[in-house]
Amino acid sequence: MTVPGRACPKCGAGNPAAAEHCYLCQEPLGGAQAPDGVQALAGSVGTTPGAAPAAALRTAPMLLFTDAIRHNIRLSALLFGLLLALFLLLGAVIGEAYGDLGRGLGLAAVLYAILAGTAYFSGSSIVLSLHDAKEADPGRHRQLLNVVEEMRIAAGLPAPRVYVMPSDGMNAFAAGRNPREAGIAVTQGLLDRLDREELQGVVAHELAHIKGRDTLYYICAAVLVGAIALLADMFLRGTWFGYGRRARPSGVSREGGGRGNAAYVVLGIALALLAPLAAKILQMSISRQREYHADAAAAGFTRNPLGLASALEKIAAGGSRVPGENRGTQHLFIVNPLKEFRADASALMSTHPPTELRIRRLRAMAGFAEL
Amino acid sequence: MTYVPLAILAAIVVWFVAAYNKLVRLRNQVKNAWHQIDVQLKRRYDLIPNLVEVVKDYMSYEQETLTKVVEARAAAVAAKGPAAQAKAENVLTESLKSLFAVVENYPDLKANQNVATLQEELTGTENKISFARQFFNDSVMTYNNTIQAIPSNIIASLFNFTQESYFQAEEADRAVPKADLR
Repeated sequence: MTVPGRACPKCGAGNPAAAEHCYLCQEPLGGAQAPDGVQALAGSVGTTPGAAPAAALRTAPMLLFTDAIRHNIRLSALLFGLLLALFLLLGAVIGEAYGDLGRGLGLAAVLYAILAGTAYFSGSSIVLSLHDAKEADPGRHRQLLNVVEEMRIAAGLPAPRVYVMPSDGMNAFAAGRNPREAGIAVTQGLLDRLDREELQGVVAHELAHIKGRDTLYYICAAVLVGAIALLADMFLRGTWFGYGRRARPSGVSREGGGRGNAAYVVLGIALALLAPLAAKILQMSISRQREYHADAAAAGFTRNPLGLASALEKIAAGGSRVPGENRGTQHLFIVNPLKEFRADASALMSTHPPTELRIRRLRAMAGFAEL
Repeated sequence: MTYVPLAILAAIVVWFVAAYNKLVRLRNQVKNAWHQIDVQLKRRYDLIPNLVEVVKDYMSYEQETLTKVVEARAAAVAAKGPAAQAKAENVLTESLKSLFAVVENYPDLKANQNVATLQEELTGTENKISFARQFFNDSVMTYNNTIQAIPSNIIASLFNFTQESYFQAEEADRAVPKADLR
């Protein structure tokens, strides 16, 4: 369903046809007289919704996109901090189990540096070639290029490279570790079926990923998860400090390399079993937070959250599959290309929040809620 | 223990430099954002002659509308000073909107690929201008926030970082006309 738009006579902002007030300036629409400010909002929520013919939405207290952005930044930083803390804790406990805290932490740090370096330098070009993306043509993709230019101005970013994927599925993704070498790609299916405002919303979402350096965020989180898994594995298999050569129970004795503490060994084993799972859950919640953040930031760039909301609606209805999709790149897309997200898909392990929830939040940023 | 005061001093210096550089960066961003608006306005001036060229053969009865666009463009290019320019720009925007309202009445013209392309270009340009203004205002807000907030306000007042003012639409322009470019 697309919301049939109506321009506010005072400020020009687009509103759904059923709206009684402009979401931006609170100007009453359609000559209906109403009190001003908060009174107007409170009053209109109370009135009978049946009065408007095609009322799919009602006015609701507005969620400010600035508040949403701040909230999401705080949450994703907190989650990332937790992930890092989990990693260091695992390193410390394992070190302690062998009687040397410093060596455990040192090993963890070295492991992280190696993995992070590899991940960082095996860059984004792979992603683009995977999905058959071709550079956008200035003649044929004029509108797309214009929209990208508009949005990069609104975001204050350098111009990204723009790619089009020949797929009929509706999807888009951003790649690039920093804004200077960033690129965004959209599918032909998306270009064919979205109108200008919706395309603007999608492009703004992708540019928000670039501005928030989400690729880097994601690499760091994925590397931490990988390092935690590796560390846990090494400990459980007892492959370092020559520990594996001893039988595990006697390894805690004070002789030889194993000068460790029995309590820490038990703690270490428990942690090594649980940490990889916990890390994965944390990583996925970071990914979901970054999606919410990109939605809110996109609303900030376009000042038109309903455009992106309606685009997400179309994408959810029209199918978001892209050839060449795989688990390695699924987090990059605007809507996960592998899974259909319904309300019950808020599983701990999904990269994206349920599309319905994202739409609801975007509508709230325009001051609307479903009836 | 003698290192403690040294460490505190070093931390203060580092913070001082970082905060000062941030203020400089934000101030330059505000300035750059202001000039980006001009870049987009210039782009619009360059587009208009093409547009007029394409539509004028079809619109023999609408010479008045076309003349208005051409005149408004000339006035905007010639305008001196921010206030006069803002006024001329608004006249230009209005005239373009009425031109497109007229184009709607000519099915041949609407079907013309060149016109469709130019319409997209103009929509794009109008949007770029308003997004450039939006980014300018966003930059001003970030800059002003930093100047007023503790503790960076100390450095701002020491080195005379002063608040910038926002881009504002004239009172008369708030009545946005109904004509839609899309």
